[in-house]
Amino acid sequence: MFHKVISLTRAVEKIPDGASVMIGGFMGVGSPHRLIGELVRQNRRHLIIIANDTARPGFGIGQLIDAKAVSRLVVTHIGTNPETQRQMIAGEIEVELTPQGTLAERIRAAGFGLGGILTPTGVGTTVADGKQVIVVGGKSFLLELPLKADFALLAAHRADYRGNLDYALTARNFNPIMAFAGGTVIAEAVEIVPIGVIPPDDVVTPAVLIDYLVERERINGR
Amino acid sequence: MDDKELIARRVALELTAGTLVNLGIGLPTTVARYLKSGMDVLFQAENGLIGMDPVPEPGMVDENLADAGGSFIGAVPGACAFDSCVSFGLIRGGHLDVTVLGGLQVDEEGHLANWTIPGKMVPGMGGAMDLVTGSKRVIVAMTHTAKGAPKILKRCTLPLTSIRRIDLIVTDMAVIEATEEGLVLRELAPGVTKEQVIAATEATLIAAHVVPEMVISA
Repeated sequence: MFHKVISLTRAVEKIPDGASVMIGGFMGVGSPHRLIGELVRQNRRHLIIIANDTARPGFGIGQLIDAKAVSRLVVTHIGTNPETQRQMIAGEIEVELTPQGTLAERIRAAGFGLGGILTPTGVGTTVADGKQVIVVGGKSFLLELPLKADFALLAAHRADYRGNLDYALTARNFNPIMAFAGGTVIAEAVEIVPIGVIPPDDVVTPAVLIDYLVERERINGR
Repeated sequence: MDDKELIARRVALELTAGTLVNLGIGLPTTVARYLKSGMDVLFQAENGLIGMDPVPEPGMVDENLADAGGSFIGAVPGACAFDSCVSFGLIRGGHLDVTVLGGLQVDEEGHLANWTIPGKMVPGMGGAMDLVTGSKRVIVAMTHTAKGAPKILKRCTLPLTSIRRIDLIVTDMAVIEATEEGLVLRELAPGVTKEQVIAATEATLIAAHVVPEMVISA
């Protein structure tokens, strides 16, 4: 039967140095930890990472920071990762800080075919620098532009072999939104189940958005 | 009782049953400890949950259930999980009743600065700009001064979080309401005089002749 499952190694081999990569997760919760670990193992360089945060040293996206794999970051928060701050101050990494709701909507706009979004968040602050202000009904909004990436790396709770995904609790966060905005979308899941096991009403990310599913982790070599 | 506990206990009295509340990381998170027991307040975790229980039951930690700081939490019966667009739709769209945040500075116009000290501390704004812009009510919970220097100023010197006027400031010295007319001194912390608050505040405070003492939750 047609399916999208490939090995972890082959999945990450598709991502070249210098690629822009969206990574799901929030402080490492709901991040694709196996894909992140494999990016480090394959010594990827100069990545542009779009994500909520860089978690902490040694954990989640923090591992990519530790490995100096990232040259540019678009994130909402780096306060929990002193190594990200060190690399930013040393000029080794360029950081664009974005309000969290704006980041989510910019990604959604890219994936949903919109030309941008209008948000009141950031009006009158440094976030508005260089951005167009549009007045609608007497209220000011910032025009925030769509944000897409070459790749989106997702973590799901369950996937079926077609690539339908569901999520667990707060591990959902940016994953379903990024599924729309990556040129190539690679998902890892805790379990991969036969098609039909996830009821249609419970599918959060439709399989048509997923290009590759990472095969399940081998346990004791099996 | 230390200053932070005093602030958290006073903020707790601002929360009412049946509301949706977002607590910032740090001091604001501790407010949940001082709610009247059984009061039905729903807490939102901005990373995607309504119905956060700040402390998970022993043995019930789930690696997929954490707050915006990455700390493990619980979920109350009736909780629901959602993605980041829904979470910030709730926040920005006017569906969040109250947000409680920390502050670096607040000014006479009720503008809050709480996300960066350029050149010194650049953690990023996370959800703070959306929270202050979109929440129906914004409560700032902070110490009144930093190393003796006032934090309530005529004009913020740090980059603003939003140009929306916050609603209430609760400090270790006072409760101050931000209004169209300016900052109104509403309550004094136990043992603190009006003169002491005015001396520790750079902004002009509007104060009645007699300002009542702060009520705090038991």
